[in-house]
Amino acid sequence: MLPLIAQRIVATIPVMGVVALTVFALLHLTPGDPAEIIAGDYATPQDIAKIRAGLGLDKPLLTQAGIWLGNVLRGDLGTSIYSGLPVTTLIGQRVGPTVALTVLAVLISVLLAVPLGVLAAWRQGSWIDRSIMIFSVSGFSMPVFWLGFLLVWVFSIRLGVLPVQGYQPLADGPWQFMRHLILPAVTLSLIYMALIARMTRASMLGVLGEDFVRTAFAKGLSPRSVLLGHALKAASLPVVTIIGVGFALLIGGAVVTESVFALPGIGRLTVDAIVRRDYPVIQGVILIISGVYVLLNLCIDVLYVVLDPRIRY
Amino acid sequence: MSSSTPASATDGAALGAGSAAAMPQLPEVRRRGFIHRQPTMVAGLACLALILAAALAAPYLGTVDPSSLRPVTRLREPGSEFWFGADQYGRDIYSRTLYGGRISLLVGVVVGVASLAFGILIGLVTGYYRQVDRIIMRVMDGLMAIPAILLALALMALLKASVRNVIIALVIPEIPRVVRVVRASVLSLREQTMVEAARALGAEVPRILRVYILPALVAPLIVQGTYICASAMLFEAYLSFLGAGTPPNIPSWGNIMAEGRAYVQRAFWIILFPGAFLAATVLAVNLVGDGLRDLLKVK
Repeated sequence: MLPLIAQRIVATIPVMGVVALTVFALLHLTPGDPAEIIAGDYATPQDIAKIRAGLGLDKPLLTQAGIWLGNVLRGDLGTSIYSGLPVTTLIGQRVGPTVALTVLAVLISVLLAVPLGVLAAWRQGSWIDRSIMIFSVSGFSMPVFWLGFLLVWVFSIRLGVLPVQGYQPLADGPWQFMRHLILPAVTLSLIYMALIARMTRASMLGVLGEDFVRTAFAKGLSPRSVLLGHALKAASLPVVTIIGVGFALLIGGAVVTESVFALPGIGRLTVDAIVRRDYPVIQGVILIISGVYVLLNLCIDVLYVVLDPRIRY
Repeated sequence: MSSSTPASATDGAALGAGSAAAMPQLPEVRRRGFIHRQPTMVAGLACLALILAAALAAPYLGTVDPSSLRPVTRLREPGSEFWFGADQYGRDIYSRTLYGGRISLLVGVVVGVASLAFGILIGLVTGYYRQVDRIIMRVMDGLMAIPAILLALALMALLKASVRNVIIALVIPEIPRVVRVVRASVLSLREQTMVEAARALGAEVPRILRVYILPALVAPLIVQGTYICASAMLFEAYLSFLGAGTPPNIPSWGNIMAEGRAYVQRAFWIILFPGAFLAATVLAVNLVGDGLRDLLKVK
């Protein structure tokens, strides 16, 4: 098992190398002078020269690529043009709310979507199945921020039971923390829930026709124990995969959700950086998030072996 | 029978196709059978046709100039004069929503078609010429490791806000996903006997790709294109909502909602109506995509 994990880790290195080079190339592939674009419409030639020197844009392209990769490997993601702080510091300050939001959203989605998917597969073709599937396809189709505003309008403005926006760290007490986080987390979880429920159902449908499921029913086990104990375990691989793949959607949704609920997370940082054309921050955030995405899928590859001992790479 | 249920609907479609082939049916019966087998797809198509017609015929549907400012009517509630209310500049939300649909639908369709075109081109080349495959696929893997919205946002930060640039920023993250589908099919198809025979007869590579490989790709790509179209409309709205999308002087569903966000408490209708139209359109396209997947038997 250990050599297998090592092999998977080695396989992610070229991917991350390409991500780092892509992020670097983003700045250089656009038409025109990136320093001018970043400086904006009202910049003086001195401002532009300063930005050019600050980003090292006056050096030859290959040298720049080398410096960028070297710095990234040493954990230096550059300095924000707007605030003058290191990008790693900025990301560190903002990571809390984003982690809290995404973890809560994943918990909500998995806890609700997996049982819904199992139920839909078990009652295939019934009105329960049909309503779960309609809910699922609607979940894909709803704009995340629109759903967020609908929830705010109902729960915060009409009923007045939850705060409209803002964030309270967990350190200030779990009650306030949850009150501020529950609407954003529900908003964000919907699309993920749709994805997981759909995949769980499809995967369970494949498994429910198998002999071992019939045997389990035949020997008198309760449906609950057959479905959750036997079938779900066999059907879990595609579900785990989609949880990993869906992380990209989740992060995209988190950027939008943080914007709706004014949560001071990585998403806000990104959007602010984009409005200010603060390129080192944009590059740093993309690199970190892609790294997390790749690592997460690496963990899932490893988890496969745990879930299904037959798998050997 | 619901068509959004992959396995069962595929069975249904297969059964239906079998019986239709076995005994010749009258066209009318067959049409009714189609609605019966694919009710959600028919609903999606109908809904899509309505929204498309409304967007195209916007000038004749009782709309006013979507950009005309009328401070007197600012934040007017929905009523007989303003069906969907008015925004903070007194602009008619009903007119803006109908005209905004043009931009969202345009972005969706163009992104879908362009992603397929570029993806097919790159996918055919990488799948057929093994020398370039390694390099191109590494680049595609790297691009796919970046969440699509982040990549589009980063591209928009470097491009001027315009509809054309929004389309470019949305096409680039989609290309690798199409390339993978195309490449996988090419890799399996090029080993088949018919391709081998064609090669032995001296067929040139472009002809092999066009005659033997491309036709097999049509069904899966139509389905994928539909899903890309649906997600492009959502992503356009996200970019515009975050202030990095369609410029404010062109109403799109995304930036109408972006402008309404400061007035959620006082004028919820500014967000409610364009968002409902967007959700309905994306849902309709997704339903059509699910239906096509069942009909064309794409996995």
